[in-house]
Amino acid sequence: MTSIWQRIRGRGKRGLTCVQVVELVTSYLEGGLSEADRARFDAHLSACDGCTNYLDQMRVTIAVVGRVREEDLSDEAKAELVAAFRGWARDE
Amino acid sequence: MDQDDQSQEPGAAYVPPAGQAELVAALRAGDETAFTELIEELGPSMLRVARMYVSTQAVAEDVVQETWLAVLSGIGRFEGRSSLKTWIFRILTNRAKTRGEREGRSLPFSSFASDAEGDEGATVDADRFQRGGQFEGAWVSAPSRWSELPENRLVGDETIEVAHAAIAALPDSQRAVITLRDVDGWSSEEVRNVLGLSESNQRVLLHRARAKVRRALETYLEGDRS
Repeated sequence: MTSIWQRIRGRGKRGLTCVQVVELVTSYLEGGLSEADRARFDAHLSACDGCTNYLDQMRVTIAVVGRVREEDLSDEAKAELVAAFRGWARDE
Repeated sequence: MDQDDQSQEPGAAYVPPAGQAELVAALRAGDETAFTELIEELGPSMLRVARMYVSTQAVAEDVVQETWLAVLSGIGRFEGRSSLKTWIFRILTNRAKTRGEREGRSLPFSSFASDAEGDEGATVDADRFQRGGQFEGAWVSAPSRWSELPENRLVGDETIEVAHAAIAALPDSQRAVITLRDVDGWSSEEVRNVLGLSESNQRVLLHRARAKVRRALETYLEGDRS
C-alpha cells in the first residue's frame, strides 16, 4: 500500500509532477509530509493552477462532507435510553 | 473532541479533556440533561462504528443501546484514566464485535486489506494527465476553480446529497474513516484508537474516500469530464 508513496519518494530531488501531487494532498492536509516534501509540494503549487485548484477542491469536498447529516438513533431509542437513565438514577 | 490519553506517550500523565470530570459527576448524580446531550453528541458516531461490525441498522441500534446501559452500570467505576469517549467506544466495539461474531460476520478490518488492494493505484483518472513527453504527469484537463461557482451550488442540499451518496457507496472501512473524521469531526488519533488503525492506514483510507467524494462532486458540479 505504500507503493505509490515509495515511488514518489524515489523521484529524488526533482520537482513533483501533478500526478504525484494529487496523491499527496491528504498527507499535506494532515501535516504528514516531511519539511522537505512539504517545501516541494508548496513549490509545485506556487507554479501550478491545476493543482492549486485540486487542493482547493479537496478542501471544498471536506467542507461539503462536514454538512452531511448522519443517521441518528431513532427518537424511540433515545426515549428508551432516557427512561433507562431515569430508572438507573433512581436506583443508584 | 479534545485529545485523549492514547495520543500521548505511554506513561505520560493523562490529562482528561476539559469538563470531563464535571460531566462524569453529572452523570453519576443522575443529571438527565447531561445524559441526553451525551447521547445526542455520540449517538451518530456510535451507530456508524457499530454498523461496521453488525449486519443491519437495527442490530447496530441495539448495540448502541446496550452500550449505554453498560456505561451506566460502569460509570461508578470509571476512573478517568482514558477519555470518557474512548472508554464508551471501547465498550461499544467490544459489544459490536461479539454481536457480529454471533452473526458470523468477519471483522471489518480483516476486509481492510482487500478494501485497499482491490482499490490500489491512482485516485484521479490517469487520462487527466499527460503520458510521456516533456510534461509527463502534468494535467491535460486541469481541475477548475470551484470557488468561482455560485455559493448556493456548493452548499446546496443537492450537493450535500451527492456527497452523502458517494460516502454510502464507499467500502466499509473508507466510509467509517471519512465519516468519523469529516462528518463527526474526530481527530486522526481518535479514529486510529477506536478503529485500531495505523497512522498510514488511516491516511490511505481517508485519502481514497475523500478522492472519491471529490470525483462525485466534480461530476455533479461540472458534468462528466473523463
